[in-house]
Amino acid sequence: MSDTQAPLLEMYRKMLTIRRFEERCNLLFMQGRIPSTLHLYIGQEAVAVGVCAHLRRDDYVLSTHRPHGHAIAKGVSLNSIMAELHAKATGCCKGKGGSMHVGDMSVGMLPAIAIVGANIPIAAGLALANKRLGTDRVAVAFFGDGASNEGAFHEGVNMAAIWDLPVVFVCENNLYGASTHYSKVSKLENVADRACAYGIPGVVVDGMDVVAVYEVAGEAIQRARQGGGPTLIEAKTYRLCGHSRSDPRNYRSKEEEAFWQARDPIPNLAGRLKAAGLVTDEQLEAIEQEVLAEVDASVAFAEASPSPEPTDALTDVFYTPQEA
Amino acid sequence: MAIKTIVEALREAIAEEMRRDPRVICIGEDIGVEGGWGGAFTVTLGLAEEFGHERVLDTPIAELGLAGVAVGAAIGGLRPIADVQYGDFLFLCMDMLANQAAKMRYMSGGTLTVPLVMRAPVGSTRRGAQHAQSLEAFFTHIPGLKVLAPSTAYDAKGLLKSAVRDDNPVIIFEHKVLYGSKGPRAVEGAISAAGEVPDEEYLVPIGKGVIRRPGRDVTIVGKLLTVYRAMAAAERLAQEGIEAEVIDPRTLVPLDKELILESVRKTGRLVVVEEDNLTGGWAGDIAAMVAEEAFFYLDAPIKRVSAPDVPAPFAPVMEQFYVPSEERVIEAVKWVMGQK
Repeated sequence: MSDTQAPLLEMYRKMLTIRRFEERCNLLFMQGRIPSTLHLYIGQEAVAVGVCAHLRRDDYVLSTHRPHGHAIAKGVSLNSIMAELHAKATGCCKGKGGSMHVGDMSVGMLPAIAIVGANIPIAAGLALANKRLGTDRVAVAFFGDGASNEGAFHEGVNMAAIWDLPVVFVCENNLYGASTHYSKVSKLENVADRACAYGIPGVVVDGMDVVAVYEVAGEAIQRARQGGGPTLIEAKTYRLCGHSRSDPRNYRSKEEEAFWQARDPIPNLAGRLKAAGLVTDEQLEAIEQEVLAEVDASVAFAEASPSPEPTDALTDVFYTPQEA
Repeated sequence: MAIKTIVEALREAIAEEMRRDPRVICIGEDIGVEGGWGGAFTVTLGLAEEFGHERVLDTPIAELGLAGVAVGAAIGGLRPIADVQYGDFLFLCMDMLANQAAKMRYMSGGTLTVPLVMRAPVGSTRRGAQHAQSLEAFFTHIPGLKVLAPSTAYDAKGLLKSAVRDDNPVIIFEHKVLYGSKGPRAVEGAISAAGEVPDEEYLVPIGKGVIRRPGRDVTIVGKLLTVYRAMAAAERLAQEGIEAEVIDPRTLVPLDKELILESVRKTGRLVVVEEDNLTGGWAGDIAAMVAEEAFFYLDAPIKRVSAPDVPAPFAPVMEQFYVPSEERVIEAVKWVMGQK
């Protein structure tokens, strides 16, 4: 695929939106203006964006404790995510979820699932429903390299495989499960090599290259949509930040970080677009300003929003017909 | 109207719901295999012939995975009836039930539903410690799950049908001794819980208990097998002039508190009988609820009759000692009556 075929500028804008949104979250967190912890997606944006570019609103995305990028890529509004991070009643989970559970069912984004690996069988179940209900909707589960050693990975991928379910498993191998290097927890170089154990295709892709991700994901999603069953994609990527807000990153070298920093997917795509004559510096600057304005607006929305009432904690436990 | 066992009543409930709603599916291990048992205790026997293997879905031996698939399927618009062969295996599904099914609606700010039913056989039946536990209390402790414990064929059918139609995750505990499974899956020491089941459609509402036997002197609350222990004890106590009221809550979450409180306000005495271990059990929770809400009606301390705090033993003599007996219920009643 040539650079002119993929929706490159849209993907660039989406990646930049995720990056600037999270940089702002980080700042707000450091200023003590948002509570909790944050697991930032900085560096991995090409994966969420390259995959979600193929998804329809009614397809499902299942995410992890590091969900902001997936949520934005799937179309959850910045306002509602920012308000959720601010613990406001207008948040996408009404303040009941927080950073690790952002989602919005109206755009097919489940509340993110912060138990490592648990979203894998659940994605298979959504795909089972899609198939049984006669739709061509697909489900995509994003998870990290750490999740590939959970029993839930084995059980979920296997069931999806034996029933040819319309689901795509996207492993974002960022080399570290928290602080533990992937090489310490697997004899295999690639998570994707495990696909053969389930009789499904496994593909390794450069997760720092949104065009490469877009291409591989397109095939897998089309295959799932057409009844060809699941695919395991492994995107080789890197967190250009700590695991969470309390991580000084002493377990990895400055050289390693510099190697990956040079592969940052956002400036790289900008460079490619400019070299190909597809975008000018002025256009890039205009996108930057538009994205920053959108992020500013989300913060203003969140700050102006009301907090939930303490007793709102008591609602939404059970569905009751009166709520309908 | 015909006399049916709990197994037959459950099977009929599932078949009726599957005929009524194409979104209802069964998912579990060994539930639809030709020549198989139809689930560990024959509940799903023959259903695959009517509904096909797409709707009676045999899974790998992978309880976490099947529970997770059922959770996802429920969010995605199906109404799965999942089951495990033995309730003890629910511990393998614990993340899916406790962290996912129970919390997903809440975490979403009330924007999704998880209409999942999970069936689980419980009770000690000479299979040793890992095929015997009564796990009801664990699940009553998890906000977001409804917990059912039918002790009769009538209730089993009506409650399972209500569970399938409920938009929340529901765990339904079924007692192996009460099932009435036949053939090679029959349970030794079985008690007949068979009863009249109407031919016409009916539902048993979730959250409503029943008085199995009225009485003025003491309230005995039991569930599943211990309802029968309480009833047998009450018959013998009646011969000595003690009239026990036996209450079967049928639903543990939400609990019909008022039924229990009303009875205690009348009798002034409470014995709670369950097959689970004593510490952290359901009986303690009922006792605490009554102590908080009806203390001044009590004429005597509350008594719990539970299994001791040990794993379920295998040897029949030890197992009989472990599972609360009629005699232990009688002894507890006499104690609260001040006769011992």
